Formats: sequence, C-alpha cells, structure tokens
Amino acid sequence: MTMQSVAGDVSGAEVIEGRSLWQDAKRRFLKNKAAVVSAFVFLFLCIFAFFGQFLSQYDRETIDFTLMGANAYKGVPSFETGHYFGVDSDGRDLYARTVQGLRISIMIGIVGSLVAGIVGTLYGATAGYLGGRVDGIMMRTVDVLMSIPFMFVLILMLVMFGRSITILFIGVGLISWLDMSRIVRGQTLSIKNKEFVEAAVAIGVSPAKIILRHIVPNLIGVVVVYMSLLVPTMILTESFISFLGLGVQEPNTSLGALLNRGAGALQSGVTTWQFYFPLTVFIVLLFALFFIGDGLRDALDPKDR
Amino acid sequence: MLDDTNAKPLVSVRDLKMHFPIHAGLLRRRVGEVKAVDGVSFDVMEGETLGLVGESGCGKSTCGRAVLRLYDITAGEISIDGVEIGQMDQSRLRSKRPTMQMVFQDPQASLNPRMPVRDIIQEPLDEHTNLSLSEKREKVLELMDAVGLNRKFATRFPHAFSGGQRQRIGIARALALNPKFIVCDEPIAALDVSIQAQVVNLLEDLQEKLGLTYLFISHDLSMVRHIATRVAVMYLGRIVELAPREALYAEPLHPYTKALLSAVPEPNPALAQKQRVVLTGDVPSPSNPPKGCNFCTRCPVVQDICRTDDPETREVQPGRFVACHFVTPETTTTADPTAGPRSQELNQQGEET
Repeated sequence: MTMQSVAGDVSGAEVIEGRSLWQDAKRRFLKNKAAVVSAFVFLFLCIFAFFGQFLSQYDRETIDFTLMGANAYKGVPSFETGHYFGVDSDGRDLYARTVQGLRISIMIGIVGSLVAGIVGTLYGATAGYLGGRVDGIMMRTVDVLMSIPFMFVLILMLVMFGRSITILFIGVGLISWLDMSRIVRGQTLSIKNKEFVEAAVAIGVSPAKIILRHIVPNLIGVVVVYMSLLVPTMILTESFISFLGLGVQEPNTSLGALLNRGAGALQSGVTTWQFYFPLTVFIVLLFALFFIGDGLRDALDPKDR
Repeated sequence: MLDDTNAKPLVSVRDLKMHFPIHAGLLRRRVGEVKAVDGVSFDVMEGETLGLVGESGCGKSTCGRAVLRLYDITAGEISIDGVEIGQMDQSRLRSKRPTMQMVFQDPQASLNPRMPVRDIIQEPLDEHTNLSLSEKREKVLELMDAVGLNRKFATRFPHAFSGGQRQRIGIARALALNPKFIVCDEPIAALDVSIQAQVVNLLEDLQEKLGLTYLFISHDLSMVRHIATRVAVMYLGRIVELAPREALYAEPLHPYTKALLSAVPEPNPALAQKQRVVLTGDVPSPSNPPKGCNFCTRCPVVQDICRTDDPETREVQPGRFVACHFVTPETTTTADPTAGPRSQELNQQGEET
C-alpha cells in the first residue's frame, strides 16, 4: 500500500513520538513572555509564602516590646532591626505576617479552584452527558444554590460557627463550583454529539468511562483556564471576608486582614507601610495570576489546529 | 439456499421505526415527531455488502445508527447474528457490541483529539478483552498493519494525520474486536476522490480477508455500484426499492430510483442518457409525510391511488423488492439474468397503513 512506501522513507527513528495537544499548548504558553514571567513571579511568591518565615528572626505573633510606644519612628521598615517590612500597630513583625497572610490567601485560592475544578467538572459533565431529566434536576439544583446570596450565608456561618479557617475553606468550596459546573455542562453538550463519543458508545464503553475518558479530557482546556481565573476571585472573596473582620482568626492573618489593618493605619497617616507592603504583594499576586490565566487561555485555545 | 452466494441473513431488520420527538412551547410539550426512519425492513446476508442510498435527509444514517442501537428505537426488530437487540437495554447491549461496529463519516470528528492513535485503537480491547498490556499493544500494531498505517505512528495524535489516514485509524478501531457486521456511514464522503478509492479498496480487501458484512451507507451511487452486492434505495424514511446491484442499475423499477439513477453523471457522452428524469418540488418534511405513498408529491407518474393508499413492498422479481402501486410482477419484464443473490422468502413487506 502507498502508506507503507511512504513509511519506509522516514525510518530514521524507531518510534516517532506524537506531539499531543498538550505539548503544543506548552509551546504556545512558553512563547507568551508575560505569562512565563508571571509564572515565575507566582512561583517566587509561593516559595516566599511557604519558606519566607525562615529569613526573619521574628514570628508573626510576638510583639516586639523594645519598640513599645515608638512604632511610628522605630518600627519603620529596616534591615538593621530585622523588621524588613516594619511592624504593625501592635508591634508585630509585618514581614512575618505578610508571609503568613500570603500563604493563607494562596491556599484559599488553590483550594477554591481545586474544588471548582473537580466537583464542578464532574458535576457539569455528568449532567450534560446524561441529559434529559437528570440534567434538568442537577442544573435546577445549581440554579437554586446560585440564587442564594452566598456571601451573606458565609458571613452567617462564620458568625454562627465561629471564625475559623475551616469554615472559610468550606464556604469558598461551596460557592466556587457552581459557575464551573454550568460552563462545563455547556461544553459537554457540544462534545457529546461529536462522533468520537458515538464511536465510544458503539465500542461499548460505559457512560462513566465515556465521561472520564472522552468528555473530561476535552474539557480540560476550558476548565484549566477558568480555574486559573478563579484563583484571584477566591483570593478576593477571602480578602473581602477578612476585610470585614470575619475571616481568619488572630494571631493568624491573611492579605485581606492585613489590608484592613493597613487601611486603618493609612488614616492615621503615620505607619503607612502597614498598608503598602501587603498591598504590593497582593497586587503582584493578582497580576501574576491573571497573566497566567490569560496565557493559558491563549495556549489552550479551543480552536484546535 | 437458492443460489451460489450464501444467503443466510446475518442482520435482519423488520419494520424499524425511529421517530424523534419535537418539543415546543413553554412547557416543552411533545408536539410531533420527525419520522426519520419509518418502517424499514431488510436483511443483510453474511459476507455481502448492502448499499443504502438516498438523498440527504432521507434517513440513511439514522437507519444505520438505529440498526447498531446507537439510538433507542421507536419500534421494530433488529436481529444481528441471531440475537434480537431491538429492545435490549443499553447496559446489556454493551456486551454484544463486539459483533457490530461502525465506521464513521467524518474521520476528524470520530477520533478523540486528546488520545494517541495507539490508545484509540486499543480502547475496544480494553473494554472487551482481558489481554495484558503488551498483548494489546501487539494487537494494535497488527491492526495498524492490516489497515496500512505505519507502526511508527502509534504514539501520534489524530491531528498529525491526513483524512485518509484518519479514516484508516477509524477502520482499525472498528476491526479491533473481530466484528462480523460493520456499518459504514458514508466512510468516504469526507475524503477526496483519490483517497476514496484507497479506502474503498481497503474495505473490500478486509471484507475478503476477514469475511465481513457491510451495511454501506452512501450517496455516491457510482461508489455503491462498485462495492455493494445489493442496493437499497431510501426515500423519506422508507426503502422504496431493494434489488441486486446489476439489476437495479440496469433497470430501475421504482420511479424514484429512476430519477435518482438518471442524475448520475455519465462520463462517456455517447452513453449519456437522453432522457433525464428531473424531479420538481422539495422533499416533504419527515415530520409531516404526505398521505398515501411518500413519493406521491414528486412522482412523475402519480395517480389518484398514490395519494390515498400507501403502497406495499412487493417482491416483483426474485430478489427485487419495490414499493410502488404500479410496479407489480405482471408489469415487469422477465427476471434479469444478472440478478445477484436471490433472497428466499424474506417477506420483506413494509408495514401496511
């Protein structure tokens, strides 16, 4: 056959490795400078958040009594005192607190988007693939949940069960997957009518395996992009809750809580570094995440080659 | 049987109906149905190729998919290799799938873009066999040889292949479980002409080697003439004529078949037909087919009876079935000596209404 004669000519390598759509996406992502730089910045921020405390001689909760009453002029950011970012109004090391706040924020963002990614994808893909009455019931449930003002419920939960990080994680996880499941369901509806899904049915693959093997991998592009854009949203949600004074509990802190305190300090006009350091970290984090999401969207463009 | 070809039906379809509901209005009430396939009966003999032709939208593809139970059919009986699958539920049907496979129209869409070729061809083996991974890999490579794909391409992804190669992948996947019956749903429609010939020849070679039975759906009449043993002509969800290939192309009996065949371009001007039967008007909507004969709105020889009575499918010559009031055993000439396999008493009537 003609194929074999063609094949004879390219007998250089033993097996020609295929380039998957993933590898293509990786290549396109690496070409996007802003996204690559942002990825490194994000990586740096993660390292900073998880290991930054080892660079500081202070921990996040100990009040530096040597600065008692002299925060405004002795607690300024300085390498000499070891308070790189200065101290907050209570005399605690701001560097250690920023590191810890960033850690909480990144964790909230990642937990939120992971829950959205896993629960939302499976829920939406199942509803979309099965269709009919199952789809109706599942998606109406989502509609009902979405109609509840979740910020309000979350605030009530925090007030009722006490302010704790666990409740915050649960709350964020509960909200985050709703939008995702809708997006995924819509995509599934278009994928399930493709012939390769029909081919899988004709082969005799069970619905659960079709969803996992054929539908979900083809959704990943959309899911990954949406997840990366969800991380900043989750961080903002947490910051908002913390800004209201409901999020994490002292002595723990988060970027939102730090900004809250900082904003107060800004009004007094003296210890303004309390606002600007967390703000800078916050902005850099959000920018990095948005650029990464943007780069992923371009790289995983649904317009397949 | 009655002649040299083995005339044992592998697939036997009786009065197959596939109606799709139309929902409309605020409450999504069922307001009607599209009768995509409306009472189709035929047999496919072991080792033969039954061509299924007709214009776009006449229900050929739906018929092919319904036979494989990719849809839950509205009514009818389908028996494949002695097993009645018409009303079997999908989970029980899954274990029967290896006998019957399908080759799809669009080779681009029928392969999962996220899976390398090896995994695509291996998937049926994963589902239905207990082979070890290395055995499966070996089988995949054998299948790739069988359809003329280079073994070295096993880890490539579908987008790295041309249309013809992709169709070969689709064929390899369909062959993986040694099926007996393959529905080819316009397998060549999306390919260009030179590749069409390659793919059709491949299908023929495989049929010869593996003893496959095909239901070959196509709107390409000359290709069907090349590959099919018998040909069924569909119009608006019904089979209007079913006959051995030579007989059908030599002497079409149903007025629709005549019109359809006269539309085939003839490259030799000397042989070109003088009288071209041109149909006027559009195909009626399958959700609201005309009363009486489905073809009565466009038939050039329509009579009053056609608008009131639905014609029965009759065996007008041995092995030739026609659904028309005016084609009867008396009106047709003697049996064509070139007639192909003669079906025994198949009682292939359409349903009466």
